[in-house]
Amino acid sequence: MGIPFGANRAVSPSALELVAVSKTFGEVVALADASFSLRPGTIHALLGENGAGKTSLMRVAFGMVAPDAGSILINGEAVRFHAPSDAIAHGVGMVQQHFSLVPAFTSVENFALGGHGTFDRANVTRRLERYAAELGLSVSADARPSTLSAAEQQQLEIAKALGRECRILILDEPGAVLPPAQAAALLEWLRSYAQRGRSVVLVTHKLRDALAVADDVTVLRHGRTVLSSQVAGITETQLLAAMLGSESNTIERRDVSPIGAATQTRPVASLNAVSAQDSTKRERLHQVTVEIAAGEIVGVAGVERSGHRLLLRILAGRLQPRRGIAEISDSIGFIPEDRHREAISLDLDVRDNIALREAGRRRGWMSWRTWSAYAQRLMKDFDVRAEHERVPVAVLSGGNQQKVVLARELGALPKLIVAENPTRGLDVRAASEIRQRLRDAAKSGAAVVWYSSDLDELVAEAHRVLVLYDGHVRQCAPSRDEIGRAMLGTS
Amino acid sequence: MRVTSRRASGVVAYALATTAVALIAAGLLHVSGYDVVQSARALWGGAFGSVDAFFSSTLVRATPLLIMGCAVALAFRVGVFNVGGDGQFLVGAAASTWVAMVGAALPRGVAILLALAAGAVAGALWGVLPALFRRRWGVFEVLSTLMMNFIAAQMISYLVRGPLQEPTRVFPQSASISDALQLPVIFRGSRLHAGFFIALICVVAVWLWLSRRAGGFNARVTGANPLAAASAGRIDTGAVAFRVFVAGAALCGLAGAVEVLGVTFALYENLSPGYGFTAIAVALLAGLHPLGVLFSAVFLAALDAGASAMQRDVGVPSVTVWVIQALLVLAALTAHALRGRAWRSVRLARS
Amino acid sequence: MDLTAALLESTVRAATPLALAALGEVLIERSGVINIGLEGSVLAGAFGAALVAQTLGADAGLLGGAFAGSLIGAFFALFAVSLRINQVIAGTAITLLALGLTGALARTLFGEQGIALTLPTLSQTEIPGLRSLPIIGSAIFAQPYVVYLALAGTILMQWWLSRTHAGLALRAVGESPFAAIAAGIHPIRIRWVAILVGCALAGLSGAVLVLAQAGTFVEGMSAGRGYIAIAIVALGRWQPLRVLAGSCLFGASMALQFTAQALDWRVPYQLLLATPYLVTMVVLVLSARGSVPPAAIGSSRDDT
Repeated sequence: MGIPFGANRAVSPSALELVAVSKTFGEVVALADASFSLRPGTIHALLGENGAGKTSLMRVAFGMVAPDAGSILINGEAVRFHAPSDAIAHGVGMVQQHFSLVPAFTSVENFALGGHGTFDRANVTRRLERYAAELGLSVSADARPSTLSAAEQQQLEIAKALGRECRILILDEPGAVLPPAQAAALLEWLRSYAQRGRSVVLVTHKLRDALAVADDVTVLRHGRTVLSSQVAGITETQLLAAMLGSESNTIERRDVSPIGAATQTRPVASLNAVSAQDSTKRERLHQVTVEIAAGEIVGVAGVERSGHRLLLRILAGRLQPRRGIAEISDSIGFIPEDRHREAISLDLDVRDNIALREAGRRRGWMSWRTWSAYAQRLMKDFDVRAEHERVPVAVLSGGNQQKVVLARELGALPKLIVAENPTRGLDVRAASEIRQRLRDAAKSGAAVVWYSSDLDELVAEAHRVLVLYDGHVRQCAPSRDEIGRAMLGTS
Repeated sequence: MRVTSRRASGVVAYALATTAVALIAAGLLHVSGYDVVQSARALWGGAFGSVDAFFSSTLVRATPLLIMGCAVALAFRVGVFNVGGDGQFLVGAAASTWVAMVGAALPRGVAILLALAAGAVAGALWGVLPALFRRRWGVFEVLSTLMMNFIAAQMISYLVRGPLQEPTRVFPQSASISDALQLPVIFRGSRLHAGFFIALICVVAVWLWLSRRAGGFNARVTGANPLAAASAGRIDTGAVAFRVFVAGAALCGLAGAVEVLGVTFALYENLSPGYGFTAIAVALLAGLHPLGVLFSAVFLAALDAGASAMQRDVGVPSVTVWVIQALLVLAALTAHALRGRAWRSVRLARS
Repeated sequence: MDLTAALLESTVRAATPLALAALGEVLIERSGVINIGLEGSVLAGAFGAALVAQTLGADAGLLGGAFAGSLIGAFFALFAVSLRINQVIAGTAITLLALGLTGALARTLFGEQGIALTLPTLSQTEIPGLRSLPIIGSAIFAQPYVVYLALAGTILMQWWLSRTHAGLALRAVGESPFAAIAAGIHPIRIRWVAILVGCALAGLSGAVLVLAQAGTFVEGMSAGRGYIAIAIVALGRWQPLRVLAGSCLFGASMALQFTAQALDWRVPYQLLLATPYLVTMVVLVLSARGSVPPAAIGSSRDDT
């Protein structure tokens, strides 16, 4: 299948090679005999859907994770990495998916982190400016990450890796936080970087990005390497099949005529000239006016710090606006993005987590038998795979945990559902089940506000999309181009 | 089934921990030149050796530990680190002493109830400031409650040499409260007083509240994951923490009142031989579970009673009991941490 | 002696052990660990100093105190850092352990409680020239040499934190362990070193209590200074120079007893004894508003 690049091994050793790497976290098998070989001077895409093991494999290569079995070779020489410092010493650099900048440090301090000896600020600033110029980044030496855009933070991270003289650059899902135009610019830069003899690993689940720029591709599925080939000899269909096995992935556009939208007179939620502040008391939402009707799916898009988090929480009744009027239905279901921090308590069992909904309004005695029965019913209705309702949620898979959240919130048949990246980090099957649930809820008359950082998902599911840019809202049709442009503030 | 295997491994872990500590303690004693077997015999005898030992030494010591232990367990469960038990205990003792003096003429039941209530109120007031500071300004309650301990100690020192001093003005203590106001003895021939029943009631009440009331459920979630409590549960976590903080302080104040009305019958300095810290050990060894407090309070009280006997009979300084308490806590925490590692790696992989 | 000079002199004398312990805690908290067990290290340092000074003299006593403090710190690091036990609980248990150990050992080795031992104490080291300055001359420049060490240490730490890569690495560990790991730093190693050094300073603080102030060891003689030091760290916003200033503020509140006696105030002495703790409460409230501690403090996670 495809053109294997092992054939070139006689010419020069791989810049980086991982052989038969296995890793288990507790009971979860993250990697099972995975292999990877990076030809020097190439861009190599590491593909796979969420949970396939791509990040784990690269963290092994960067020394962040110690493998249970397998070996690492740099330029044909076997090495052992006990910590990232070892990997860095061998010329490996990694830009993490959720960034690794210290929020309290300035750009110069973040860039300098990891050095030795005395810290000569002027000297380091000069070095930073040199790398920044190469990346096309305008550096503000004393700026803190919170004031930089996602693209600028990412460039600073890349500058950091370059500053450590890395010869192998690993980028973990770099496009995930960038709007389309800036993601394209990054890929351009990577191409020029590779042309200068460096090697790049691009970890992604986006086929398109991979094919656009990579020379080689490796596909992981369930922790195993199922395909590795040069890009030239492979088709998109083959890659898709390798990534997903037998299941189909294409998110087709469903029938999206909202039920009852024409007959509804009273909106489920309405915001009138609403402004809101974030935790640092900076106003991030300005004069937003929005109406949500029953039965419709309203998509929400926006880059980091565009205000989407605040908008969602105001609609979910969790946040009070600073100015303006918010009239929200009392019957709300909220599915936040970071389920471990905001939605469930890992120390409690399924039943207690289900009883958590609206607990703040409850008084009197808890009738646990009733709650147990209710939880059991919900678990059945929402297909939560667990032995019984007293199982601690910590042992459930990510997909099942999200199903518990959905069961709890949707089971109460709320009139308004606010979902924030509900399918993030889930495997394809769980993700499509959750999408179906939200669709069904809308069909039954609930209003669904659905934020997704996956534009394809928004385009497929939403009736209309509210795009946030710099705290202002613009309504768009569910079209990738239109949304992409609105996210950058251009029209 | 995962739930029971977890609990079973917990019991094994705690048993191992206790054994380890016993061995270390024996080792320390031996190295310091004490006869280990004699010490152990004195320890056991002082705690359980006779009916009198059990009721008058162990259970009497257990009474304040039961109340304060479940107060600390409650607070820690909600994420409030109230280490000011000693200070709250002292002001509760002082308040109840004062009420006992002033209300000596009232009918017996009324006077006792008032004195106990005064203790609880005083304790609550002593906890209100740190609770308020924590809620409004995020002041770390460990430090603020510790400071209140030191301030309380100075206040008691002043009271027993001043306004509350006994009539002859010779000793730094209050006058004895009248016989009528002493809590009745519940086991003939011993010193075990009605305060023990009060303590049991407190423990059961806390347990029922935590496990069966909506407020208790909200408190548990607030401690387990405050963000989820606020976001998913729409719980006012600040209010919950504040109320539990003050309630715990009230309980510690009540413990002080019970001690005065049931054991000491007067106020003096050093009324609390470190009950506040022992209560922390009680709570931690009970796994922060109110019913567990029943066992750990009696266990640590037995240790304390035995230690006194050890000092009397063998000469081992009784402060060694603090060393043993600390070792027990550390061993229990270690056992918990080592078990928890397995769970933690599962969580990391899933996220 | 002039009253102002005497007051200043007692302020400096009372501030020194506070400053030493607080500086130690600055290092520890900047690395992301809150050490409630600092009080235990101070007490252990006092005991260790008394033990060593008896046979080897005052200077060796200082080293003995630092070592004892560091030893207690090692236990704390084992539980709080390596085993990832909740730092507040571990710290409380450690202090209890130290309290019990020093008390039991003191009784066993030194006999009945409260007997004043004949311990060699630190003598004053005068700095020629500066000594003759009016008022501050005798207050600041005729003190035991540990005072000058504390001063020098403050300046050294301030420089080290902001001008060396090692200091940067320590600060990164306290703000974001994940970022530190990704940059090739080892958080666990750094926290261990920070705790060992910080608790050595705390032990030194206890040694100063014995060898430059009390001249004896008494059970529980640290009297909460370790906790006050933690409050001073927050007051000084985790910066060495400000922490030194804060220590002086507290030293003054402790020197108040002396003033009250001299000025013949009719105040119950318990109020004077309670003043440092009252001041701490006020400081805690005032410094809490707008305070930004190291972001990762108290947490043992390394994925943020």
